[in-house]
Amino acid sequence: MDSGPVSRLLAALLACGLVLPAMAAPAAPAEPRASQLLQLLHNDCGACHGLTFRGGLGSPLTPEALQGKPDDSLAATILNGRPGTPMPPWRPFLDEEEAKWLVYYLKQGARP
Amino acid sequence: MAGLLPEAGRTALILTLSLLLAACAAPPLRGTGDLGVVIERASGSVQVVDNTHQRSLGRIQGLGDLSHASVVFSRDARYAYVFGRDGAISKVDLLTRQLVQRVAQASNSIGGAISSDGKVIAAQNYEPGGVRLFDADNLALLADIPAVTGHNGKPSRVVGLADLPGNRFAYALFDADEIDVLDASDPAHPVLARHPGAGKSPYDGLASMDGRYFLAGLYGEDGLSLLDTWRPEQGVRRVLAGYGRGEQAMPVYKMPHLRGWSIAGEYAFLPAIGHHEVLMADSRSWAQVAAVPVLGQPVFVMAEPSGRHVWVNFAFPDNDKVQVIDVPSRQVIKTLQPGRAILHMEFTARGDAVWLSSRDDDKLVVIDTATLNTRSTLPAREPSGIFFSWRAGRMGM
Ligand code: HEC
Repeated sequence: MDSGPVSRLLAALLACGLVLPAMAAPAAPAEPRASQLLQLLHNDCGACHGLTFRGGLGSPLTPEALQGKPDDSLAATILNGRPGTPMPPWRPFLDEEEAKWLVYYLKQGARP
Repeated sequence: MAGLLPEAGRTALILTLSLLLAACAAPPLRGTGDLGVVIERASGSVQVVDNTHQRSLGRIQGLGDLSHASVVFSRDARYAYVFGRDGAISKVDLLTRQLVQRVAQASNSIGGAISSDGKVIAAQNYEPGGVRLFDADNLALLADIPAVTGHNGKPSRVVGLADLPGNRFAYALFDADEIDVLDASDPAHPVLARHPGAGKSPYDGLASMDGRYFLAGLYGEDGLSLLDTWRPEQGVRRVLAGYGRGEQAMPVYKMPHLRGWSIAGEYAFLPAIGHHEVLMADSRSWAQVAAVPVLGQPVFVMAEPSGRHVWVNFAFPDNDKVQVIDVPSRQVIKTLQPGRAILHMEFTARGDAVWLSSRDDDKLVVIDTATLNTRSTLPAREPSGIFFSWRAGRMGM
């Protein structure tokens, strides 16, 4: 996979550093992991949340939908799942830093 | 110059010329019985394929967000109606490979069905939650049936929509734990029969191929919900209840899918949720006959048209594998690794071959069901659903 999504993401991170200085950008994982994570996000998370994250059986994960929700608790939802709902725990496949990075990416308005 | 030809000769010449023109302009005559549509989820396109010669006939673009798209066919099997996640219905012509019509009808949709008389298209929507009916010819809106308000205070998301005989449609409400049957014999004034208390969080549904039973798979409990539409007064009852029997449920990384191909002859084959098993039930009494262990969370559990074998694909992280169950011995006889991210399987009408889509390897794999050898592979862009036109003549598909 090329580094297109990652460089786009880096650009987004930089841009947001100017707009939202309060939000610390988590470090992007090294390649090829970063690309794998984005693929996981779009394909496997997208299976429930929609390819464009506008929701499906899973709730919408657009910046508007996630606005005001603490990063830590969203990352915890990703890692631990939400019992009693179809949201499964992703801890076997993601570490904490990666989950935070995904939250950050979603809040920036992830693009397929 | 024209004046030099006698009148009769001129007419004959014009006739011959126009015949020649018609012959070269029209595509050669062919049937549609062995055609199919392959969804290319990321690029918003579909391929039209020929499953006799195992080749692609062309691509139709501009169909929008096709993540989780599904397809039904007009009953002459010439047109495919593609339901996109973005709420659009696209009507495509398999013969000319043209997008004939496209309507945006909801903001988040999950699929659709066609009525038994072929005249009404029903779309099942997540947002706004409910069902909408359209004229199959021109996709004009006929009726809007919002779902009852769910636990989240919004009209419930609709799952499992399937056609029943008599221009009826059955579906389940994910957020309201209900099975509904909509009678659309007068499509502008459909009549709704509700069956509440259908079990916790139905995630998908299916109608048996005779259109008698509607089954909803439940996410929130180990079991399925059954409506016998010959005896609706008996209401909904639970079948295969407690199939996990106290075992710890495992995480489900992709929701299974149900459809009429789960039932073959005397058995129904159903994915367990949170258990790596295929449940086998008697298709009249609905009593559990066996639970066949498989290697992961089943997503599609499809019986070959002959009913002799059942093919199973899996949720992440086992989605690179496919298992084949032998029905008489109730055992897995083969594990295949046909490609990365096998999202869907489709049998030819009589089941001589099965087509698999491999999203991450950008290919379709055609497997001979008698030898289990690969017959051919075809390129496709992140393919997901494969839908063959034999569905045009089958209930619940
Ligand atoms: C099998 C379906 C499914 C899959 C796959 C899935 N989710 Fe979810 N997710 C859900 C559901 C359902 C909810 C809503 C839970 C609820 O009702 O509270 C949810 C909730 C969430 C939330 C909380 C949103 C909020 O507003 O509180 C986040 C964040 C999230 N998912 C991220 C992800 C990520 C990242 C992935 C992939 C690594 C993923 N999900 C994969 C079903 C899924």
